[in-house]
Amino acid sequence: MSGQEIVFTLLGVVAVGAGILVVTTRRLVHAALWLVVSFGALAGGYLVLTAEFVAWVQVLIYVGAIVVLLLFGIMLTRAPIGESADLDSGNRWAALAVAAATAAVLVTVLVMGFGDRRMPLHAGGGSARELGAGVFRTWVLPFEVLSVLLLASLVGAIVLSRSDIGPRDSGTGPRKEDG
Amino acid sequence: MLEVVVKLALVAGAFALLPLLVGQAEHKVMAHMQGRLGPMYAGGFHGWAQLIADGVKFAQKEDVVPRDADRWVFKLAPGVALVPYLLVLLVIPVGPGGQVALDLGPGVFFALAVMGVGVIGAIMAGWASANKYSLLGGMRVAAQLMSYELPMVFAAASVAMAAGTLSLQGIVGEWRWWWLPWQAVGAVVFFVAGLAELRRPPFDMPVADSEIIFGPYTEYGGLRFALFLLAEYAGIVVLCALTAVLFLGGWKGPFLNTELGWLWTLLKVGVLAFCVIWLRVSYPRMREDQLQKLAWAWLVPLSLAQLALTGVLRVAL
Repeated sequence: MSGQEIVFTLLGVVAVGAGILVVTTRRLVHAALWLVVSFGALAGGYLVLTAEFVAWVQVLIYVGAIVVLLLFGIMLTRAPIGESADLDSGNRWAALAVAAATAAVLVTVLVMGFGDRRMPLHAGGGSARELGAGVFRTWVLPFEVLSVLLLASLVGAIVLSRSDIGPRDSGTGPRKEDG
Repeated sequence: MLEVVVKLALVAGAFALLPLLVGQAEHKVMAHMQGRLGPMYAGGFHGWAQLIADGVKFAQKEDVVPRDADRWVFKLAPGVALVPYLLVLLVIPVGPGGQVALDLGPGVFFALAVMGVGVIGAIMAGWASANKYSLLGGMRVAAQLMSYELPMVFAAASVAMAAGTLSLQGIVGEWRWWWLPWQAVGAVVFFVAGLAELRRPPFDMPVADSEIIFGPYTEYGGLRFALFLLAEYAGIVVLCALTAVLFLGGWKGPFLNTELGWLWTLLKVGVLAFCVIWLRVSYPRMREDQLQKLAWAWLVPLSLAQLALTGVLRVAL
């Protein structure tokens, strides 16, 4: 094993370990903080794979924005210090099964797709220039489709949060508008 | 190898010294602007040793952790707030020809991403203190970060577009004097959003001392509180340095760019830091709704307009 592989494996262990702690800890805010560790280790993994740009965007978006949003949400609704007894639902075994199945599918796809083929890393292979060329030349259609998906969720969020912009009730009972 | 060690030592020295200088300047500038004396006794000449005396005082205080607090998170929070600013200093170029500790390809993104992490320290402090005022402060910190991060990234992206690179060194290398009017809107947006992210007045609603008693830091005392204060001043240094490098041409001055480059950078940082203090003295605290309105109704559209302007000129030229 080369030094790179050792570091990558360690980061992977940290990411998975922190991820497990996210769902098993009994302290709500700790879960969000373990998520920071997990995302950070993931960013480190990108760095080892020379994908510098993706790594820092990962930190900027997920640690800097998503986790802050999560923490804000937790604080806005409830932010208990200490252990909460009601964090587990009866679905935990079903959730475990789904998670294991998803992992199995992903690992199978990767193994079937690549096997033990090795790809040489070269410095700058994941730079912003390479990435931009890839996204906006080769993969521009999937990229645009993804942005439509984001737009749909944006519109949905507005419809859900603004109950005052739907059609007014005219005595015929409530009408539902879907996003 | 020696070069790297020297550079790291210089960055560590700057990290230890510059925030203190800004702190001392704040004492003096505020005193002059408000027509009062300020600290005048410690050390004899114009109270020059006031900050050292403060440091000694902080170090002597007992390290208190409230009984109901979440101990680990409470103790970890000051470090999480401080260390990111040290990391950002590593990538800021002070002069031409490799006068930077770490020349990173996507330097702009690194700086913004890591600065965002620092805010998590304040949020952690707000929650772990088990105090309702702290919790309110933590919530306001989070709300503020979420609304001001976006215009800040947009404004920085505009410069990166203009220069055609994400490297901080590359951006200064491409910079020309006419970028000043071209990127003026972006510069203002970046600076204002940065101030809000640092929770400096007039954006200090999260720590409003007269209503929620310093918000996330209410329960902190002694060295840990000093670390938070240090993080604030280090944040000012980092923000001013980033603004200087991105928008004001970094080491480029009217003459002697190669020889005196680092001096130009320091001068620009100093002037910007003075403006930060000036703003604190001049403006009253903004209300929470005014804060959010400024971000979403002014800064985001302005930064988008700047992005459009940059794009159009970039294609046209």
